[in-house]
Amino acid sequence: MDRRKFLKSSIGAGIIAGAVGQFGKLSNILAGTPQEEVKKEFDLVAVKGGEPDVMFDKGIASLGGMKSFVKKGQTVCVKPNIGWDKTPEYAANTHPKLVKRIIESCFEAGASDVYVFDNTCDEWRGCYENSGIQKAVEEAGGKLVPGNDEKYYREVQVPNGKRLKTAKVHEKVLDSDVFINVPVLKSHGGARLTISMKNLMGVVWDRRFWHRNDLHQCIADYATFERKPDLNVVDCYGVMMQNGPRGVSVKDVKFFKSLLISKDMVAVDAAATKLFGMEVDDVSYINIAHEMKVGNKNLDSLNINRLKV
Amino acid sequence: MSLLFFIGTTVLFLDIKNAFVTEVSSTVLFLQLIPALMKFIYLLGFSAIGFLVVILLTAIFGRVYCSSICPLGTLQDIFTAISKRVKKIKYKFSEPSNKVRYSILGIVSLLLIFGLSIGVLLLDPFSNFGRFVTFFLRPIVMLANNGIASSLELFDNYSVYPVEVKGFDIIASLMPFILFVIVFVLSYKYGRLYCNSVCPVGTLLGLLSKFSIFRIVIDKNSCSGCGVCARVCKSECIDSLNHYVDETRCVECFNCLGVCPSTSIEYKVSKKITGQNKPEGDANSGKRDFIKKVGLFIFVTTGLAKAQEKIKVYVDNDVPVIRTNPIAPPGSISIEHFTNQCTACHLCISACPTQVLQPSFLEYGFIGMLQPLLNNSKGFCNYECTACLDVCPAGAILPSQLANKKLIQIGKAKFIKENCVVETQGTDCGACAEHCPTKAVKMMPYVHEKYPDKNLKIPEVTEETCIGCGACEYACPSKPWKSIYVESNVVHALAKKPPEQDIEQEVSEGEDFPF
Repeated sequence: MDRRKFLKSSIGAGIIAGAVGQFGKLSNILAGTPQEEVKKEFDLVAVKGGEPDVMFDKGIASLGGMKSFVKKGQTVCVKPNIGWDKTPEYAANTHPKLVKRIIESCFEAGASDVYVFDNTCDEWRGCYENSGIQKAVEEAGGKLVPGNDEKYYREVQVPNGKRLKTAKVHEKVLDSDVFINVPVLKSHGGARLTISMKNLMGVVWDRRFWHRNDLHQCIADYATFERKPDLNVVDCYGVMMQNGPRGVSVKDVKFFKSLLISKDMVAVDAAATKLFGMEVDDVSYINIAHEMKVGNKNLDSLNINRLKV
Repeated sequence: MSLLFFIGTTVLFLDIKNAFVTEVSSTVLFLQLIPALMKFIYLLGFSAIGFLVVILLTAIFGRVYCSSICPLGTLQDIFTAISKRVKKIKYKFSEPSNKVRYSILGIVSLLLIFGLSIGVLLLDPFSNFGRFVTFFLRPIVMLANNGIASSLELFDNYSVYPVEVKGFDIIASLMPFILFVIVFVLSYKYGRLYCNSVCPVGTLLGLLSKFSIFRIVIDKNSCSGCGVCARVCKSECIDSLNHYVDETRCVECFNCLGVCPSTSIEYKVSKKITGQNKPEGDANSGKRDFIKKVGLFIFVTTGLAKAQEKIKVYVDNDVPVIRTNPIAPPGSISIEHFTNQCTACHLCISACPTQVLQPSFLEYGFIGMLQPLLNNSKGFCNYECTACLDVCPAGAILPSQLANKKLIQIGKAKFIKENCVVETQGTDCGACAEHCPTKAVKMMPYVHEKYPDKNLKIPEVTEETCIGCGACEYACPSKPWKSIYVESNVVHALAKKPPEQDIEQEVSEGEDFPF
């Protein structure tokens, strides 16, 4: 108990020190831009060149910090990709450093509880542990919640869905005040790419239904569900370029050292697709979701903040 | 001592969260005779030396295995203790059922000599105990765990997580259930009658006990023949009138030592070979009843065996598919090796984190009844796991480093295009390729006859890198039949290591974002 408290407080102190330093740099950058642009909110923030936690701090600061998403006393659900029993160097799961930093900043913003889970593909205990996310969550003081039992999932209606009309969704997504989606960008045999909309397949119980009922349409259908993520943070630090989503060797991974943040799943998925080196038209669920008015895939019309660490 | 072994063994089978079973099982189970014997026959190595230790122990002290090490023995003592609470049971000397016990031992030994493990599989006390715990106690513990987990979650505490109770098969549990009833009834009424008339281990060690150095002896001169010792003897092997102790049936429980008013009964070094002085007597009705039951059981099970044919799985309407053989766990070398060695103790089933290992019914044939197989409808073999290889006490599943286990090919994936979602629905899927740990199943560009513009991808299997883990089969969403399934390797093979590829996708290496 003492050790944990010590860790928490020392990490907290480090973060505040770091944040102050960064804020200084940030205000320098902002000082050079015209007044109107500063006031207009960014649709998408893209960060490059640092460690996952450093990039997140820099990116979220330009969206007004975590306090503009999490209010004091609120509960938060963080949904990383923890689908596979693989260690971080394979980039098969969201980077644990990013997950840890997000949880910490939720607590700094005053969150009362931060829950983390995934409905994993491999045996879930192996996934939670070997991904490094279990340790990250413990260190940050969050609660890692099982997703291996149907009892955690409640049926909801997806009124705007074409193929997917109902889904059983994890209670933490439905009950938490804030929902933060933290996917990792990867190649994917069926969906072509997995990013933020595809990551939401891990908050539902029956994935097989999606697979046999037009996968792309179902991904887009679920993206229309009213409980959308309040924030999407796409981990593009190490990117699995082939053999995804599980990967075979570390050779499948290319280090982009990038991070994308947006409230708009379609926009952030479109940007990640470009980053990956593919065209948005190649990933059909992004186009379907755009047409269903889930978000905006036209990156040219968005206000994007491009940052370097 | 007996409780120590008993609790140790029971807890192994009840480690529903797989916290320690792989680490400690070899220590706890070192002295389990039949698994050690099976391992000994195959390996002749140090890890199998437990068999010799038990033989040596018996030659010195008599059947201490039966009283202290055997978990089924201790279980019977617990039943006996319960019956003593309910009503006062007085044992009396009875004749040994020699015909029954020696024929069972003979049949089991003969089968084993001919390489058939069916006898020990059905009658090994340790394996039977394992099955009792796995089939009956374990689900109860799991449900209790889930109850606790649910209650704690009400208080926002997720420290205890629920476990899935997969695959409780009523048919497969029938045999353990019948045997459980037999053991329960016999021990409730007649103490260790099961150990002394059915159990081949008991009979074998009983034969050895004839020559053991220490044994129970009655001093003829001081014994008054009062019979107190005989009344507490759960093996019913003391004939106080004739001052005779049947060493072949005595399990060294020492209940008789404390009760003798004239301390005429002792456990000491004795040179006398037993077998003389035996009085005549009637076999009691319990035994007759028991033999009837056993007869009925054998009748029923052989009847079922006759009805058994190759079991059909995933039959497609157009292309009937038959999995010709059951899939044996990695490390078991071949179905032949596995079925010869395995005593169906179900420790691997208890240790398997994905619960893909399930007891077979008749998939291995009658002689392999209850031996575990991989049931891909319950889960798939975890790529990063060697639990079953680590725990097997009988040398049926041999240990192997994780890196080597990842190349053991227990079967090969077979793709049935006619059943596949991509073909029948004309939409993308890829669930099988997604789950494949070696990328033996890959999605390849596919021009659909009906939807040529749809830029689809369809699975393609590279058999040489497939290890037969069943992840593709488990994940496949097509209904009612799977489009990809694992065909078992009768003899396990070595898969090729999945190739490490350089990245083909071109990426802008620039400092700027491509948007």
